[in-house]
Amino acid sequence: MSRIMNWIDERIPFSNSLKLHVTQYPAPKNFNFWYIMGSLALVVLVNQIVTGIWLTMNYNPSADGAFASIEYIMRDVDYGWLLRYMHSTGASAFFVVVYLHMFRGLMYGSYQRPRELLWIFGMLIFLVLMAEAFMGYLLPWGQMSFWGAQVIISLFGAIPFVGEELTTWIRGDFVISGATLNRFFALHVIALPLVLVILVFLHLIALHEVGSNNPDGIDIKKPKGSVPDDEKAPFEFHERYTAKKDIVDAIPFHPYYTVKDLVGLAGFLILFAWVIFFAPTMGGFFLEPPNFQAADPMKTPEHIAPVWYFTPFYAILRAIPDKLFGVIAMFLAIVFLFLMPWWDRCKVRSVRYRSTLHKVNLTVFVISFIALGYLGVKPATDVYTIMARIFTFLYFAFFIVMWFYSKNERTKPLPERVTK
Amino acid sequence: MSNAPVDKGRRRFLTVATSVVGGAGAVAAAVPFIASWNPSARARIAGAPVEMKIDKIEPGQLVRTEWRGSPVWVIRRTPEMLESLSLTDDEVRDPESEQPQQPEYAKNKHRSIDPEWFVAVGVCTHLGCSPQFLPRNFGDMDGVDSGFFCPCHGSRFDIAGRVFQGVPAPTNLVVPPYYFIDDATILIGEDEGAA
Repeated sequence: MSRIMNWIDERIPFSNSLKLHVTQYPAPKNFNFWYIMGSLALVVLVNQIVTGIWLTMNYNPSADGAFASIEYIMRDVDYGWLLRYMHSTGASAFFVVVYLHMFRGLMYGSYQRPRELLWIFGMLIFLVLMAEAFMGYLLPWGQMSFWGAQVIISLFGAIPFVGEELTTWIRGDFVISGATLNRFFALHVIALPLVLVILVFLHLIALHEVGSNNPDGIDIKKPKGSVPDDEKAPFEFHERYTAKKDIVDAIPFHPYYTVKDLVGLAGFLILFAWVIFFAPTMGGFFLEPPNFQAADPMKTPEHIAPVWYFTPFYAILRAIPDKLFGVIAMFLAIVFLFLMPWWDRCKVRSVRYRSTLHKVNLTVFVISFIALGYLGVKPATDVYTIMARIFTFLYFAFFIVMWFYSKNERTKPLPERVTK
Repeated sequence: MSNAPVDKGRRRFLTVATSVVGGAGAVAAAVPFIASWNPSARARIAGAPVEMKIDKIEPGQLVRTEWRGSPVWVIRRTPEMLESLSLTDDEVRDPESEQPQQPEYAKNKHRSIDPEWFVAVGVCTHLGCSPQFLPRNFGDMDGVDSGFFCPCHGSRFDIAGRVFQGVPAPTNLVVPPYYFIDDATILIGEDEGAA
């Protein structure tokens, strides 16, 4: 066995990479519940890729055949229903874990220096994920697929001068048609998954370069020579990490966090399986009722609402009475998140040691995001529109207010080392 | 191998020149990839003008046809409908049709060639849903019984497709190019004498 390993290691750095990133990677010892979301997202990504490949084996990407082929998968293909529900539930589960993962980052200041690029790669993953989900939703070629795509593509029509030509170019036709379906299929199954996997790789490389943050936001890598030997973490870490720093309060990722993540995964899979078997449409939130009818370009459904994970941004779009500014506001909502490392000028990372003002601000932001998500699925009545405007204002206020107070924020004293 | 000293200026020139030529090549190579996303020849032919018989349409009736995959409405307006346009003048965003949402010959109060016949693309200018035609019970405005209502986000248009103030749709409904071939036939999708 070791002879084979030696043979391989002389040709590619297999054992070394395993040590560097898994068995001798120092992770802070105080990770809590919030730190399982990253590995869950990875599991869901694998689920999406595997079930997706299997779905393409029976799916027919054409305007004439798409809807029927979904029914074929659901009724005639052995376990086709299970593969499809794993894929459709996986899409929603992806956003659940990614939103919780992002909230973790906001809570513990994981975007702060030196983790800005790590955060930006994460945001790019979020962006590609939204594009991936949007294009995937067109493929069943149901009523909501068609009209949802119609609404989203016409957003680009708001761009002055080139808008109309741009939407025609995206659709490949004067309306959404088979040409649009085919190109979305190509992007959904080949182009975007490739980009996604590359971004996930970069996200992990960036993470391992700067090291994981933790719920206290305290560095576990101290200047070389500043820590007596008996206080250093009693594990062997890769010399890449120990050469320039003394490492305290850390444990190797494997076996300690692989085991912890497995426990989290078991809990997640129980919920995941429950949805797949008992509530695959989740009351119309994961799969919307109009999508059980084939696309009809001549008939608009009564009420068009995007899938739940887009609704906060959709509510912002609708809250603004002007089309162009509505579209701009919606994109700004995401741009502002990208710029998180620069809005926050505080040197203290974790919410545990930050001011009451910051805690209130973050809480209001979370409430606004959830409220916008709720308003996005509701019809735009007068009262709901006013509420959407208030929460849109609060959403943006989170970033701007933070920029002002975070420079000279009254924070609590930081401990030297991470707490239990 | 020559031992002559490195001519940095010459090396720099060659690097820049190679990069520029290579860059131009990369841009040229991108053209087919981007252009292939345009509507294909087949899609462009499917976007050709459509002919429609209008001699059987009753006053107050809306008839749909399809042009470039979008619904196109042809409505024979009643005198009451035309009168209601004077009442909505103050309530609509663009009463004079200043925005280029119609051919020149439809840039008038009734937004059509012949006041009786209204032709429009039945797609809401907000986010592309298809509004409903309400020939009566349009709203609570006195004398205005008919108009269009978009169920998606609540945009409202009068019977000349002019958008009301305070709704999400920014502009009037689009009037496609069209002309009357004779009294009983209309051609949608082309200006008179264009081809």
